[in-house]
Order: sequence, then structure tokens, then C-alpha cells
Amino acid sequence: MELLLEPLSYDFMVRAIVTTALAAVVCAVLSCWLVLIGWSLMGDAVSHAVLPGVVLAYIVGAPFALGALVFALVAVTLIGVVRNTSRVKEDAAIGIVFSSLFALGLVLISVTPSQTDLNHIIFGNLLGVSVPDLIQVLVLGVVAFAILILKRRDLTLYAFDPTHAHAIGLSPRRLGALLLGLLALTSVVALQTVGVVLVVAMLIIPGATAYLLTDRFSRMLVIAPVVSALCSITGIYVSYYLDTASGAMVVLTQGVVFAAVYLFSPRQGLIGTRLAKARRRKAAAVAA
Amino acid sequence: MSTPAILVDNVTVHYGEVLALDAASLTLDPARICGLVGMNGSGKSTLFKVIMGMIKPDAGTVRIHGEPPSRTRREGGIGYVPQSEEVDWQFPLSVRDVVMMGRYGHQGFTRQASKADRAAVDEALDRVELGDYAGRQIGQLSGGQKKRAFVARGIAQGATTMLLDEPFAGVDKRSEATITRLLRELASDGCTILVSTHDLHALPELCDEAVLLMHRVLMHGPPELVLQPENLAMAFGLDVLNRDQRDSHERRSA
Repeated sequence: MELLLEPLSYDFMVRAIVTTALAAVVCAVLSCWLVLIGWSLMGDAVSHAVLPGVVLAYIVGAPFALGALVFALVAVTLIGVVRNTSRVKEDAAIGIVFSSLFALGLVLISVTPSQTDLNHIIFGNLLGVSVPDLIQVLVLGVVAFAILILKRRDLTLYAFDPTHAHAIGLSPRRLGALLLGLLALTSVVALQTVGVVLVVAMLIIPGATAYLLTDRFSRMLVIAPVVSALCSITGIYVSYYLDTASGAMVVLTQGVVFAAVYLFSPRQGLIGTRLAKARRRKAAAVAA
Repeated sequence: MSTPAILVDNVTVHYGEVLALDAASLTLDPARICGLVGMNGSGKSTLFKVIMGMIKPDAGTVRIHGEPPSRTRREGGIGYVPQSEEVDWQFPLSVRDVVMMGRYGHQGFTRQASKADRAAVDEALDRVELGDYAGRQIGQLSGGQKKRAFVARGIAQGATTMLLDEPFAGVDKRSEATITRLLRELASDGCTILVSTHDLHALPELCDEAVLLMHRVLMHGPPELVLQPENLAMAFGLDVLNRDQRDSHERRSA
């Protein structure tokens, strides 16, 4: 108990835990759709491509979310243009666009005074989350979370069968754009905690983990955020006691839990399904 | 004269340089089942997309019960049963979840299901005899059951026009008969049904009429007539083969 409570006596630890848990929950909810649509690479791209937007927003004093949204849009448009108007395939188009925009962000950081703040965007700075940071994450996170939950059924329909969405008078284009906008917003939330480089882990791993555990999307939407939040808090505690990089520790914990589920999930796990089969065989043998 | 259920008038669609539909025209009366026959790449899917309003034709008009497709879509009038390959069967949804998606057009902002929605879904599931499978993940159905689940979605939706893309692909004989019976029932209730299929032997039993498509509508008539070998040859490009045979025959007799 002492072990759990001691870190909480520091304000910076409390802020770190609140921010991370919140970012983990929002990212995890979004990740459920990303892994099912096959947008993981897109998540990677958008989360990196927002960097120049965030830096420019910092320079002119605008909200980070605004810069991020603009550059998410730029990235998605450029990817579409390169893919549709040249013989370059989509994965290459994504790679070219996001790494170039990310590099642009790094260049902008290197010429911007007061580099310390901005370097935190790249690797995250969980333990240095300030009160205004926390408020920004809180507002953006709650907005993104609310939209995702209110529109969850439409987004699932879009992920599963966009043609039907169109046939009943919805706009798959608009739903896709909504999901991309939320991806940009969520990237900003997670930037603060684990940094640009590792955001993509928070945007993919929880959804993939939950997908291996259930056959119901509604349950994925509960499992993913719960597992992600627990992993994140565990990661912070471990980093506190082992004195390791906090953002990286959070992602590492997520990865370890995914590996465990991958191996031992009773439905889909590599070893779990075999164990279940062996048990059934044994039961059958006993019955016979 | 009554308003046709589906009216496709001189519709032309290009994909870049490729001509998909070339002044195609088709009129279908209400409560009829029409089979759409043509090779891969003959424009069947494009015709479906034009009827659903997913593609705006370069020329020509489409009317569903006299209205533009966008209007019918908003009223939930168009039901679509996709090809098996287009569906992610691993998707974590139950049969009931999928059928409920037919009701979204009738629901509010968050698509919260009402009692009436749930009743409509139960009724549709019973209608296609999948009541006992409602809780299954969609991938755990047989080929024929999968098709029926999507037909149920159209029924729950209240669709008056249904488009089915290759409903007999990967379906065994018994399920084929079940689907045929189900579609005939729907048609007798007033639903207009357009079915694209490779499965020519199923056509006479299922369809009231058939259409041969090769970018344009080559022929539209009773299935027995459309399925005459010489007519099929037009759509499937076998006329070359026939001509060769005829040539050699003529040479021999000469």
C-alpha cells in the first residue's frame, strides 16, 4: 500500500497519472476503430505529421490542437494526392508524407528558441506536465471522448460497411473525415504524455489487445480503455521506482500485456486456444 | 401506367479512360425480381453504385419510384446485400448488431435503439429464420446464413428496393433454395429486387426477368429467353468462338 501511495504525495506524479490515464482512455477508444478499419499506419502518419502544426502553434501562440488539426488535414490530403496522381502505392505515400512532415517539425524545433518545451513533444514529458498542460489535455480529451462515444454506432457502421452507410443516407466521407479529425485531436492529447514517437503505440495496441479478447465491438470499447489505463498507471509506477523513461515505460507495459493476451487469450491466443483444445480432448477422453 | 420502381435512363459512367457503362437503360416495375447477368467488368457493380447514388453518372438519369436516389436513400428505401468478399467476416459484431444497422436511418443522433427498432430487428431475423443465431458473431454463420443476415438488415430497414450482389456465391444448394424462397416472398410483398449473379441455372426459378449487361443493356426479357445460348454468347463474348465454328462448318460444306 505504501508502495502505491508514496508517489502520490508528489503533485507532479498525480498530474502525470491523471494525464496519462486520460490520454490512455481516449487513445484506446479510438484505437478500436483504427485497428478494425486497418488505419494503424494512418494513425502513425497523422500522429507524426501533426508535429510541425504543434510547433507553429507554439510559435504564434495558438492552441496546439488547431495547428495539429491543420497539419493532420495537410498530411491526409497530401497522402491522397500522391497516391491518386502517381504510380506510388499508398503505404509508400504515407511513409513519404509523414516522415517529411515530421522532419519539418524537427527543423522548426531546432530553429525555435526555448527548445526544452518542444523537445518534450517528441519524447513526452510525463513528469513535467504543468497545470495548463493538464487542463488542455483534459478539455481536448473529454471533447474527443464524448464525440467518439456519442457517434460510436455511426463510426462502427462506417468501419464495417461504408456502402450500407451510404445506402441509408449517411455520408461515409463525412464519417471518415470525423474519424481523422478525432485522430488529430487525440494525437495532441497523447503528445503531452508519451510524445510524438510513441503516440502510435497508444493508438494501436489497446484496440488490438481488446480485439483478441472479444467478439463484440461494444465490449472492445470497454476492455481497450480499461486495459490501457491500467497499463499506463502501472508503467508510471514502474518508471518511478526503476527510474526509467516514463513515456517509454507506459508503452512497454502495453506491449507486454498485448504479448500476454496474444499468447494466452482463450479465444484467439496462440497457446490459449491449444490449451483449451487439450482440455476438451482430456474431458472427452475421461467421458469415454 | 405506374411509376417504375427503378428507372435507369441512358446512363454513361467513365472511370478515367475506362468506359464502365455506355448509355445503359433499364426499367423495372415494382415487385419484380430481375437478374443482372454479365461478365466481370461488364459494369454490374457500377450499375448498382449508380442506382444507390454512390457514383454520379457522366450522363443520364436514375429514378427510384420516380425520385432521385439521394431522396430514396434518406427514406431508407434502398437495401444492399454486399458480395461476400467485400465484408470483413472477422469484424466483432453479432448478427443482431448487423441487422440493427438497418434501423440507423430511423434513429436519432446517437442511434439509440427504441422498442420499435428492436421489434423490427426480431421480426426480420425470424423472417429469414436466423432468430436462433442472433447472438453469433457474423463470421460464424454458414455462407447462406450470412446472406440471409444481410437480407434481414434490408427487411429491418424497410427497404422497398433491394440490390443483391452475387447472393449465391459460396452458398450450398439448400441455402440457395431458402434464399430464393425468401426473395420471392419479399417480392410478393411489393419489394423490387435486382440480383447480380454468375449462377445462371438459378435464374429461371428466382427471377421474373433478366438483363444481359455488357457496358450497355444488350437484352432485357424473360429469363428463359435471355439465357438462350446465342444470347449469352453476346454478353460473354463467346460469339467469336461461335463464328469460328460456323466458319469451319461453312468451309467444310463448301
